[in-house]
Amino acid sequence: MADPKPGADPKPGNAAPAKKAATGAFTPAGVSPSRRARRKYTVRLWAVRNSRFLEWFYHRFADLFLLLHPVWKLFGYQRVERPITFVEKHVKGFLFDCRMCGQCALSSTGMSCPMNCPKQLRNGPCGGVRANGNCEVEPDMPCVWVQAWKGSQNMVKGNAIMNVQKPVNQSLRETSSWLRVTAEAAAAKEAAAAAGKDA
Amino acid sequence: MAHIDENPLGPHLPLDPLPGHSSLGRLERVLRRGEFAVTTELNPPDSANPEDVYERAAIFDGWVDGINAVDASGANCHMSSVGICALLTRMGYAPIMQIACRDKNRIAIQGDVLGGAAMGVTNMMCLTGDGVQAGDQPGAKPVFDLDCMSLLETVRIMRDNGKFLSGRKLTTPPKVFLGAAINPFAPPYDFRPYRLGKKIEAGAQFVQSQYCFDVPMFREYMKKVRDLGLHEKCFILVGVGPMASAKTAKWIRSNVPGIHIPDSIVARLEGAQDQKKEGKQLCIDIINEVKEIEGVSGVHVMAYRQEEYVAEIVHDSGVLKGRQPWKREPNPVDQMVAERIERTREGVEQNQQQMAEIASHHPH
Repeated sequence: MADPKPGADPKPGNAAPAKKAATGAFTPAGVSPSRRARRKYTVRLWAVRNSRFLEWFYHRFADLFLLLHPVWKLFGYQRVERPITFVEKHVKGFLFDCRMCGQCALSSTGMSCPMNCPKQLRNGPCGGVRANGNCEVEPDMPCVWVQAWKGSQNMVKGNAIMNVQKPVNQSLRETSSWLRVTAEAAAAKEAAAAAGKDA
Repeated sequence: MAHIDENPLGPHLPLDPLPGHSSLGRLERVLRRGEFAVTTELNPPDSANPEDVYERAAIFDGWVDGINAVDASGANCHMSSVGICALLTRMGYAPIMQIACRDKNRIAIQGDVLGGAAMGVTNMMCLTGDGVQAGDQPGAKPVFDLDCMSLLETVRIMRDNGKFLSGRKLTTPPKVFLGAAINPFAPPYDFRPYRLGKKIEAGAQFVQSQYCFDVPMFREYMKKVRDLGLHEKCFILVGVGPMASAKTAKWIRSNVPGIHIPDSIVARLEGAQDQKKEGKQLCIDIINEVKEIEGVSGVHVMAYRQEEYVAEIVHDSGVLKGRQPWKREPNPVDQMVAERIERTREGVEQNQQQMAEIASHHPH
């Protein structure tokens, strides 16, 4: 599991970039490809603190979207996809640093987006979380899953964090998860109505 | 008398399947019998020489029930776990093939699971893997297509349902005993036991923990695990290992993510005359403490670059209670390979005409 190399200089952080740079190897400044810029995590942490409110709000919002199902159908889901994706990307990007995986799991992860984890873990924290609750890869970022656990404790349906999530379907990237959830809910509702009529 | 984990018809034959067992391996048999299991980790060589692997494995002969073949641990490049497993199974060792999600996507991983199982690997360990930034090639692309949980589920589906993740059928599913890793020593501490529960739900049958240096903390974790009833659904092996010196301990504490070493341990090492000996004694003491904890089924001894001490540690702690882990695990294809080598040695001439004739009458 661990691969310690005794005898090297103690450097904060396991990546020890200074040591690597000294060997002459190319050391990129921000070594994590999932990091866009070194920044503060204020909004993301606010979302976790207010996970209960956001959960409540999302339920209202999802209901509204479902009510608008005839409208989406009128225009065609294909045609509304682009503008809705644009809005979703920016709203969720601001609130959660959303990465547009297209299969939102925020309700099961305490309103802390798991795609911000450098390992993109969707099922809980890895074993490398620092004692101060920060990420092993990006020492200045609070671990997404430590936050997720905190957020889920406030939520009414926080227990959803115990569900095993399926692997990400990469072909759904950059698509609207709002519309997908709405279309699925509408289809389920119609199926239930059809079953009720038959019975 | 035949060894208990031996084919009654002869030690050179592969083991028969037992009811309720998911693999043909001895590690599963040992654990299910309720015996205290010992596993260890092979330091993967940075070479293409098979003898390097055999030399490093020979140190453990007769002392361990399984050898972890690590998959580029710490994201440092070494011989691959599949390669090590190919070499080890050929010689009758019982490897635990580690699969990390860092370097391979789901297509490659499912292929490796089949390949590993075909080579005779009976134990597989599903890990997320360290970030590439921790290793010697931080510019590499981190894959992380699956995570440890979905990987466990994938292999379980392959084994129990005989299907790929896509639903395509397998003609022979891989018979493997599934493992995972736990780290009770990293935050969020109160989520950790539930995470073990999730892993069991996904398919974990045994787990190996990160280095345990803080026994009271581990005891607390195990209490919660027992309250949830998880120790009955999964075998828990505690990770232990000798520290070479107080300096190493301090270095690991500040540089290797996820290893928690309390100050008291560092102080104990610093106070000793012979720090290396004290590190070994400390490891034995920890084994003796954790083996008494209810729900602990074995130890996983990680003695990085001190592999020669594993035998001594296992012996001095007396956890095997006189049991000798069987040295050689026969491979299902052993006989075929032997016959083939025999034929080559005898110099049986191949008649192409005749072979073509036979082949045409036995279409696939």
